[in-house]
Amino acid sequence: MAKATHSVSRSLAAHAILAAYTVIALFPVVVIIINSFKSRKAIFRSPLSLPDEETFSLIGYETVLAQGDFFLYFQNSLIVTVASLFFVLLFGAMAAFALSEYRFRGNSLMGLYLALGIMIPIRLGTVAILKLMVASELVNTLTALILVYTAQGLPLAIFILSEFMRQLSADLKDAGRIDGLSEYRIFLRLVLPLVRPAMATVAVFTMIPIWNDLWFPLILASAEETKTITLGAQVFIGQFVTNWNAVLSALSLAILPVLVLYVIFSRQLIRGITAGAVK
Amino acid sequence: MSASEKTKRPVRWHIAVFLAPAVLVYTAIMILPLFGTLQLSLFREVDQQQVFVGFDNFRILFGDPRWSDSFWNALFNNTWFFIIHMLVQNPLGILFAALLSSPKLRFSVFYRTAIFVPTILSFVIVGFAWKLILSPLWGIAPDMLSAVGLKSLFAPWLGKTEYALTTLSLISVWQFIGIPMMLIYAALLSIPDEVLEAAECDGITGMSQFWKIKLPLILPSIGIISILTFVGNFNAFDLIYTTQGALAGPNYATDILGTFLYRTFFGFQLQVGDPNMGSTIASVMFLIILAGVSIYLFGIQTRLRRYQF
Repeated sequence: MAKATHSVSRSLAAHAILAAYTVIALFPVVVIIINSFKSRKAIFRSPLSLPDEETFSLIGYETVLAQGDFFLYFQNSLIVTVASLFFVLLFGAMAAFALSEYRFRGNSLMGLYLALGIMIPIRLGTVAILKLMVASELVNTLTALILVYTAQGLPLAIFILSEFMRQLSADLKDAGRIDGLSEYRIFLRLVLPLVRPAMATVAVFTMIPIWNDLWFPLILASAEETKTITLGAQVFIGQFVTNWNAVLSALSLAILPVLVLYVIFSRQLIRGITAGAVK
Repeated sequence: MSASEKTKRPVRWHIAVFLAPAVLVYTAIMILPLFGTLQLSLFREVDQQQVFVGFDNFRILFGDPRWSDSFWNALFNNTWFFIIHMLVQNPLGILFAALLSSPKLRFSVFYRTAIFVPTILSFVIVGFAWKLILSPLWGIAPDMLSAVGLKSLFAPWLGKTEYALTTLSLISVWQFIGIPMMLIYAALLSIPDEVLEAAECDGITGMSQFWKIKLPLILPSIGIISILTFVGNFNAFDLIYTTQGALAGPNYATDILGTFLYRTFFGFQLQVGDPNMGSTIASVMFLIILAGVSIYLFGIQTRLRRYQF
């Protein structure tokens, strides 16, 4: 009995700590979203109250959407993120398969070489990357961003995926070989479907920094037609620094897509980390 | 058996095909530019010609007062930024993970998601939201403090040189605490039940179970988190840039190596951009990070005992 009350008070304490921090974690996000639906006066008068009939207003969203470029920025971000993610997952899985499946000379050296990039941030090469992109006339194209993000995402992807692929049973693959499947088919048909949870983990960890990156869009693709939504929102805030309605709506619109993407992948995330390399 | 069979085959082209795309992109966009940057730091532009100057740029960066004051200031600030993360972010992350991993805790998925939400937000949103909340003008923070009678505690935390850097570090902690939490959570989940049951049979439960059994088992994860924090912090830029601008105000109080690199490379206001000095700063950052990673790999990780279940 004494033990039971003890554990009740312990779990109450746990809930108190977690709930308190949840409020801190969500507070700024909630403030932005509720105020984006309010009239200008209400934002200043009572920033913490929910919008009601009197204070509800969509003027901010109207301003943002009338501005028009937001859709273009959104589209750019989506293209860059999806394309980079595709290449990171495909190239990463291919390389991870080669490293984990075959024994060849230089295997572990190659693994070490590819893992270097996990620790050394690609940003430190910015000066030379810009030179390279200028020389190949890729400045202010989405291709430049996709190339950079693919390179940035590959090391971690290869590291996590090869740890996973090592755990797959060899019998299945050997059975495939006996049935006459080529190595490419074994990779595509047998291995890829089995590492899907790991792919989700890699996808989340690759996607978030790409979607949110400010540095490379600022440097490599700051032209109007190649701006990403992060850079666009940054510029927008500068332009409308006194139009709180528009700024808050723009921020809310920028929060939404990444939240949706996270919810889609999050189920696999914990499973991926638990089974994965970072034990 | 497959390995020995395969070695007899002459050339296994598929290995090259599998490796080629990743290795090519990675080498061309990451490794070569990194060496390109290191190389640029050894040159200087004289009459539109790149002239080899050896380690002269480094000497200027460390010694010439026009450069070294900014550099040491940025390095010092960056170190403080890192210390705050180590003291606040990682212990709190471990605490949350430990609470979340206790069995039969309700709403744990909700808590986990809520605490992770700031991590997926972009710096633009984070910086702006906190600027609004802490602004003396817009005033959510002053109003909230006066509601509980603590108005006197309020200060323009982002605008004063003595508080700004610490405030920004705490905002960054708020944003990234989800990562140590998730990694430690996963590490705690992967401790097998038998180990914990055995501990319970020996009468080790509750807090002492955490300190005596779980903590030693998750030490490698804590090591990884520390090194990730180190690399992330010495590479930070976006948060300072979005809240305080490229000048890292007030009066450079929040200038870290990332913003210093940006200003040097691209120039700002009256200063002209200087790719060679920019490369020099990037090279120093590279060496700092490399040193940190090496100390971790050879000094710490090899001493941590890894348990195989």
